[in-house]
Amino acid sequence: MALVLTQDETMVVDSARGLFEREAPVTAFRALRDGGEPLAWDRSLYGKLAENGLVAPNVAEQDGGIGMGISAAGLVLEQSGHVLAASPLLSAAISATLIACAASNQQRADLLGPIVSGERVVAPALDEVARHDPALLETKAEKSGDGWTLTGSKTAVIDGFDADSYIVSAMADGAPALFLVEKGASGLVVDRFAAVDSRNYAKLALSGTPATRLGDSDASAAIAAGLDLGRALLAAELLGAADEAFTRTVSYLKERRQFDRVIGSFQALQHRAARMYSRLDIARGVVLKALRALDEGNDDATWLASLSKATMTRLARDVMMEAMQMHGGIGMTDDFDVGLFVKRAQSAGELLGDDHFHTERLAAGKWGL
Amino acid sequence: MATQIEERPASELDSFRLEVREWLAENCPVELRNRPRGMDTSFWGGRNPVYPSEQHKLWFERMASRAWTVPTWPAEYGGGGLDAAQGRVLKQEMERIGAPDALSSLGIMMLGPALLKFGTEEQKLEHIPLIAQGKIRWAQGYSEPGAGSDLASLTTKGEDKGDHFLVNGQKIWTTYGHKADMIFTLVRTEPDAPKHLGISFLLIDMDQPGVNATPIRMISGNEHFAQTFFDDAVVSKANLVGEQGRGWDVAKYLLTFERSSMGQSLGGGAGSTMAEVAIDRLGREGLAREPGLRREVAETMMETWAMQIAGERMYDAGKAGVLSPFSPNVMKLLGTELAARRTRLAMSLGGFDELAVDGRDTYEWLQAPPNCVAGGSNEVQLNVLSKRALELPEHK
Repeated sequence: MALVLTQDETMVVDSARGLFEREAPVTAFRALRDGGEPLAWDRSLYGKLAENGLVAPNVAEQDGGIGMGISAAGLVLEQSGHVLAASPLLSAAISATLIACAASNQQRADLLGPIVSGERVVAPALDEVARHDPALLETKAEKSGDGWTLTGSKTAVIDGFDADSYIVSAMADGAPALFLVEKGASGLVVDRFAAVDSRNYAKLALSGTPATRLGDSDASAAIAAGLDLGRALLAAELLGAADEAFTRTVSYLKERRQFDRVIGSFQALQHRAARMYSRLDIARGVVLKALRALDEGNDDATWLASLSKATMTRLARDVMMEAMQMHGGIGMTDDFDVGLFVKRAQSAGELLGDDHFHTERLAAGKWGL
Repeated sequence: MATQIEERPASELDSFRLEVREWLAENCPVELRNRPRGMDTSFWGGRNPVYPSEQHKLWFERMASRAWTVPTWPAEYGGGGLDAAQGRVLKQEMERIGAPDALSSLGIMMLGPALLKFGTEEQKLEHIPLIAQGKIRWAQGYSEPGAGSDLASLTTKGEDKGDHFLVNGQKIWTTYGHKADMIFTLVRTEPDAPKHLGISFLLIDMDQPGVNATPIRMISGNEHFAQTFFDDAVVSKANLVGEQGRGWDVAKYLLTFERSSMGQSLGGGAGSTMAEVAIDRLGREGLAREPGLRREVAETMMETWAMQIAGERMYDAGKAGVLSPFSPNVMKLLGTELAARRTRLAMSLGGFDELAVDGRDTYEWLQAPPNCVAGGSNEVQLNVLSKRALELPEHK
C-alpha cells in the first residue's frame, strides 16, 4: 500500500484528534496525574474512544472489531502521543493481537469483543527483566486438573495496574505459551509501579496462580506478532509526542524575545530546528512503512518494526533534549508541559526495546553482522 | 513533468510489466548489467558522442528508439509518453536486472523539467527532442567565484542588445562544462533591480568564440567540473527561458529536481549492501572484535533503509498530489550527509588497502563531500527549511 493515508485513515485521524483535543488535552492528563487517584486514566474518555472505534481498530470485523488494520491503530496512537493520553490503547492492541494469533475460536469470541468495546482492560505481561529481553522466559506453567497454574514474575506490564486480566507468557511443556490470568486470582500479586510518565505499570508475582491457556500450541509466533505490533505502535506514539514537542518548541522560538529580537531569528537555533524537522519528516515515512508492512504481512515487517522503534526512540530523545534546551529554564519547570513529553518519550522509548536493542536485533538478525 | 491523473487498471500494468521485462531481457546488453556506476562509465550524449563501449552505444540506441531515455515526458515533444505508474514499472524492471541508465544527462535531470514548465512552445519543440535523443550535452552555469551559497549575488552580465544579449563574466563548478555543447545559465540582465529580480535564465551555445571552459581537478582526481568564461558571447532572445528578470523562478524550480535526485540516489541505493561488504572484508569474527565498527555499519544500514523509504514515500505522495514542497530539501540535506558518512565508513572497512589511489571506494569517498556543497550547500537547505517550512524570522 502507498505511503500516504487513505481517505478512511484520514477520517480515523480526524476523529481521534478531535476527540483527544476536546476530551483529553494535556491539561487533562496533568489533572489525572495530580489528582491522587492510583489509576491515572479516564474511564469515560476510554469509553468514548471505544464508541468511535478507536480502541484496537486492528481487530478484524469477524472478531467484533472494525478491521481497519494495524495502520489505523498506529495513527490513533500517534494522535494520543500529541496529548499524552494515558488511555490503555497500547495494551488493548497488543493483547488483541496475542489473542487473535494464539487463542481458540471460542476464546477469541469471548475476549476480543469486550476489549474493542472498552469494557475490559487486558494487559500483556511478556517481560521478566528490566532491560527488554523477550528471549528470556522463566515463568513456568504446570498442568493442574483441567487448567494450568503459573509460577514466576513479570515486569514492565503496560497498563498492568488494575487491569481486568493479564495475558502472561510462560514455558509450558518446553515451549512458550500464553495464558489468561484474571484479576484477583489466587497467588497473583500486582505491584503498582510508579513510573516517571505517571502511567499504569505493574510488576506481577505469580505463585501457583490459576490460568487459562490461550489455544494449545507453541505461542512463539503469536508473541512475536504482539511484539512487532507493540513496537510499531510505540514508534507511532513517539512520533506524535516528538512532533508535538517540536511544534511547541518552534512556536516558542517565535515568541521568546532576548537581545531585542525573537530567539527564532538566530541561525544557530534555526539550523537545529531545521534538522529536527528533516529527521521527523524521514521518520514519518519509516513509521508508516512499518505499519503498512505489518498489515501486509511483508517479509521485512518484523525488521521494519525494529527500524521504526529504533529510529523513533532516538529521534524522540533528541527532540526532547532540544525542546528542553530551547525552552530554557521554563522548560525544566513542572508547571510547563515540555517535561511531561520528555518523561513519556523516555518510557515509550524503553518499552519493548530501545534503540540499542533494536539496532542489535537488526544487526544480528537481519544483516548477520 | 507530465503526469497523467488517470490510473491504469492493475491488470494492464501487469501486462505492461511483462512486456517491459521481455524487452529488457532481449535488449539490455548483458555486459552492462550490475556494474558499478560512475560518471565516467556512462554515456553522456552530445554533438560529438563518446561511447564508453560498443554495448553502451547499442543500449543507448535501443532505448532512444522508444524514447525511454525520458520515459514519462510527453510524446508530442519526443518523450516516451508513459504515465507515472508505467514509468515506475520501467524503473523497477531496470533495477531488477541491474540495467544502467542509457543516457546520463543534465538535460534530463534538470533542464527538461524546467523547459516543460517555463519554456515556450518553440523552445520545447526545439530542445526537448534533442535532450531525449542525446544530441546535445548540457552544462549548468549557476555558481560564480563570488556567488556560491549566495547565488543571487551573481554578476555575470547579460546586456540587452535588442534581439540578443551580450554575455560577459565567469561561472565555476560547471558540471562537465568543458565537454558540453550548450549551457543553461543565470545572468544578470537588470543591474539596477533588486538582486533576485534582475536575473534571467539563458540557453547559451558553447560552440562560439566568446565561450571558453577549462576543467578543474578535484581531490578524487576527477575533472567533472569546469570554469566557464564568457567574453562577449552572443545569445539570441529566442533562448531566454521564462520572463526577462524572472530567471530566479526557473532556477529554483530546476534545483528541486537536482536536490531530490541527489538525495535519493546518494541516500539510498548502493548503501544497502554495506553489511555484506563488511562481512566480506572483515568476517563476522573480525567485526565482533570491533563492536564500534560493527555498530556503525548497522546504523548506516538503518539510515540508508530510512532514506530508501523516504524516496518511496516521496514518490507515493507525488502521485497522490500531497508531496511536501520541502521534501527535496530534506532529501538533499540528509541524503548527501549520509552518503558522505557511508563512503568514509567503506574506506575504514578496507583498512590500509583502501588508501590505494585507485582503491575500490576511494573515488566514491572523495566524491561525496562535493555533493554536500553542490545543488545549494546543506547550510542553504537548512536556511530554506528554517525560513519557509518553519517560518522562522530573518535575523535583523
